[in-house]
Amino acid sequence: MDITILYYLVPSLIMFCCGVYGFITRRNMIAMLISLELMLNAVDINFVVFNRFLYPENMEGMFFTLFAIAIAAAETALAIAIIINVFRSAKNISVSDLSKMKH
Amino acid sequence: MDYSQFLAMKQEISLLVLFLLVFLSDTFASNRGCKTIGGLTCVLFGLFTLWGFCPVVIGSDTVTAFEGMYETSPAIVAIKNILNVGVLIVLIQSLKWTASENQVIRRGEFYELLLLTLFGMYLMMSGRHFLVFVIGLECASLPLAAMVAFNKHRYESHEAAAKYILTAVFSSAVLLMGLSFVYGLTGSLYYGHIADSMFSASTSNIVMLVVALAFVISGLGFKLSLVPFHLWTADVYQGAPTSVTSYLSVISKGSAAFAFLVILWQVFGQVYSEAWEWMLYALIILTITIGNLFAIRQQNLKRFLAFSSISQAGYIMLGIIGDNAMGEAALMFYILVYIFSNLAAFGVIGAIENNCGKVSMTDYNGLYKTNPRLAVTMMLAMFSLAGIPPFAGFFSKFFIFTSAINQGSVAIYVLVLIALINTIISLYYYLLVVKAMFIKEEDEFTVAPFRSALTERIGMWVCVAGILGLGLVSWFYDSLLSVVGF
Repeated sequence: MDITILYYLVPSLIMFCCGVYGFITRRNMIAMLISLELMLNAVDINFVVFNRFLYPENMEGMFFTLFAIAIAAAETALAIAIIINVFRSAKNISVSDLSKMKH
Repeated sequence: MDYSQFLAMKQEISLLVLFLLVFLSDTFASNRGCKTIGGLTCVLFGLFTLWGFCPVVIGSDTVTAFEGMYETSPAIVAIKNILNVGVLIVLIQSLKWTASENQVIRRGEFYELLLLTLFGMYLMMSGRHFLVFVIGLECASLPLAAMVAFNKHRYESHEAAAKYILTAVFSSAVLLMGLSFVYGLTGSLYYGHIADSMFSASTSNIVMLVVALAFVISGLGFKLSLVPFHLWTADVYQGAPTSVTSYLSVISKGSAAFAFLVILWQVFGQVYSEAWEWMLYALIILTITIGNLFAIRQQNLKRFLAFSSISQAGYIMLGIIGDNAMGEAALMFYILVYIFSNLAAFGVIGAIENNCGKVSMTDYNGLYKTNPRLAVTMMLAMFSLAGIPPFAGFFSKFFIFTSAINQGSVAIYVLVLIALINTIISLYYYLLVVKAMFIKEEDEFTVAPFRSALTERIGMWVCVAGILGLGLVSWFYDSLLSVVGF
């Protein structure tokens, strides 16, 4: 059996959609952050697979992935810090309680 | 490697040096020295802004470096200078706030984060490779999240920051997904290479291309807060400290708009009519209309300006549609005028908030009786945002509409007509503020007479001078038009 490009692209697309679904339905901010990580990792898979299968002559996609991973780590660190701050002042990290500012 | 190509990045490198100076003096200065960090930053940044106008920096034609990953030209230097002027005003206006009791321990951090985001925006506008662009985008939006959370003792600040960081990460994930499809289609991340291979790809893979473009446009739309990606805007603008809100609404939005223009035309310009013409029309109509309709019913002034800035972003997008030198010049002129008008409004709001913490529209009833100067400044800002003739806002809208209409299709006429009708609607809610200040009687909630700090007054004077000067003197627009050479 040949492993073609589709065997990678379809799972990564499913991962991305799971991430979007989780981001929209989950109410806990940590769970939302995990969903965001899913989305970002799906993107990384995409870049690597396109590079490996379609354009193996240069490494552009691989390098982009390396940078994307680093950026995702920075984003997560900052988001966790902010969520901790929210928890300190509200004693809760559910987004349904983040609705003090209406009007 | 040829190290002399770093000389192309004069502004970026001097900004980094400026950042390091501020950072080191903040780290090693004594407690007394810390008090001067704000003033020091303002002076250094003022010098840096002047340095941007030197002929050495502006150069005479397009220069690329790092095998085409970085590009600078007189037009790019011009937009950077416009943003610098805006940042300088924001810095001056925020001096009083950073010196206040709660912020005093960490006041240096505000300036450091702000300079870093500006560096990211420079990369966003100068990058000609998507890796550079994405790093710039993240460098611009991550420190901003920390700045939104800056008021440690106010719950709203944290709530706003949480909303901002979650939507920012979501939007960059969507943008990256779009970029991965673009990479899969074309095999490169250089703007130029993508545009070259777009020509052959456009006929065979048009569906794939439209999907990729939809991802890219929605990812960037989050940054520009276009409808339907605007839901974070109102809450973040309301919860963030006023200085950060003003920064977010003018500088961040202006740089994102310029980067959007560069990406759409340099990368996807080939497939304009097949792929994204109608996408952009729909976005513009939705953004202008919905921003306007929601602005009408806001009572909190920061929230009100958030929705007004959403509809202003729609007008900025009209400049992107006009694909010619005039469109780009009109977009830059619009950003310049928008910086002055919005910063004047935020200057007044910030001064009043620093003094007595009031931000509601009802607190402004009869403001003219108690604080006439602030009321007149606010009135000028509102007139300019609404686009009433002698002031700058009229001309910026005029140029934007003209550049769009130059395209000459029926669809664009309809689009501009809808935008014009929306200008009239916007007149209503901008004048609501003016009416509250000048016609309504004062009551017990009205802001009491007070004297604003010298720095706040300087910021407002500069903004008022800008609103009047840009409206009455045509030199600014002419020089922008001459600088933009396609």
